[in-house]
Amino acid sequence: MNNWDWSAVADFMPAFWDGVLVTLQVLVLGSLLSFTLGLVWAVGYRGPRWVRWPVNIVTEFIRNTPLLVQLFFFFFVLPEWGVQFSELTTGTIAIGLHYSTYTAQVYRAGIDAVPAGQWEAATALSLPVGRTWFAVILPQAIRRIVPALGNYVISMLKDTPLLAAIGVLEMLQQYKLASAETFQYTEPLTVVGVAFILIAYPASLLLRVLERRLVR
Amino acid sequence: MTAGLWTHWILPGIWITIQLTVYSAALATVVAFGIGMARTHRSRFVRFLAGFYTEVFRGTSALVLMFWLFFVMPGLFGWALVPMWAAVLALGLSYGAYGAEVVRGALNSVSPAQREAGVALSFTPWQRMRLILLPQAVPEMIPPFNNLLIELLKGTALVSLLGVADTSFAAYLVRLATQESAEIYTVTLGIYFVLAFVLTRGMRALERKTKAGIGITAGGVR
Repeated sequence: MNNWDWSAVADFMPAFWDGVLVTLQVLVLGSLLSFTLGLVWAVGYRGPRWVRWPVNIVTEFIRNTPLLVQLFFFFFVLPEWGVQFSELTTGTIAIGLHYSTYTAQVYRAGIDAVPAGQWEAATALSLPVGRTWFAVILPQAIRRIVPALGNYVISMLKDTPLLAAIGVLEMLQQYKLASAETFQYTEPLTVVGVAFILIAYPASLLLRVLERRLVR
Repeated sequence: MTAGLWTHWILPGIWITIQLTVYSAALATVVAFGIGMARTHRSRFVRFLAGFYTEVFRGTSALVLMFWLFFVMPGLFGWALVPMWAAVLALGLSYGAYGAEVVRGALNSVSPAQREAGVALSFTPWQRMRLILLPQAVPEMIPPFNNLLIELLKGTALVSLLGVADTSFAAYLVRLATQESAEIYTVTLGIYFVLAFVLTRGMRALERKTKAGIGITAGGVR
């Protein structure tokens, strides 16, 4: 550890903060997308066969293939189809879509854990489908799955550097740009690595607290 | 897609992906069992060290770790790693940390009476681990290990960013050559999907085999 240079850390800081903001932005928007879309998939798993089958095939395919390749797919193919998004939007959509197939499994488990009597009660009261889902089933399901969803937010955080591959200016991309200019690699990259631990570890502690509160 | 690109890039790329998966999975298994067993050790210090390892490697991003091993280690310590081995090290160490949690959970789920029986027979701790706890814990580990293995397979795509000529890297080159993005990336996704499917099948077979070894039917009532 003889050639660590603190001034390189200081030089990297302004770019680093820009990267942190973009990373957090991707994380928040990607999470929202994955939570909503995951719910759509999960309700689809319970639908009639002509809905269930395609939903199963699509989600299994997305879940079992690499996010990086999906990123490139969207980045290169969407413009060919005449749809032009910024790098940031493309990246957020790809990461949100990828993680929606994970959150779908979480929702599925939560929905399966709601006792069958609740479905029957909703039928007995002849509640419409929408009310059954939103007033009876989901409020009971979502309480127990918040911690599991949180775990995927942490995973998503750690996958945001992949977006650097398509030029999104998140933490890793800021490092790449900075090191290409200053030829200092060690300090900026270590700062980025440590930043992930500093965000992820307190978040996982927070989740443990949340788990104790919500899951009874 | 022309045949030349297929045989010169895609097929060798698939082979590199398979190699990477096998090497990293082997390293991850060693790390998972080492760290996982250390987390159930009776010494508090050993448990703390193992816990620290897990938090650090689970906390950071595999891609950043890979970059760090590849670009920073040479400058900091004077070791240079071939990109392939930097990748194997990064994947093995980080997925090993996830695997350690699986091993710990499975060991803890073995009934305490089994451990006590080992104590009553005056087995050494290592004998208890090897003869009583592990044979019962291993079948429990296989389904979560299967998930991790699929994650690891998908993680190997990251090595293309270090310039290792794996499937994803081949896809990138072929796209540059042919400009047929939709086709080449659909094929690539299909290749990974098939690999993941084969892995899952293999792990299911392994689960049945290890469960049969201790007299449980896989998927049956427990």
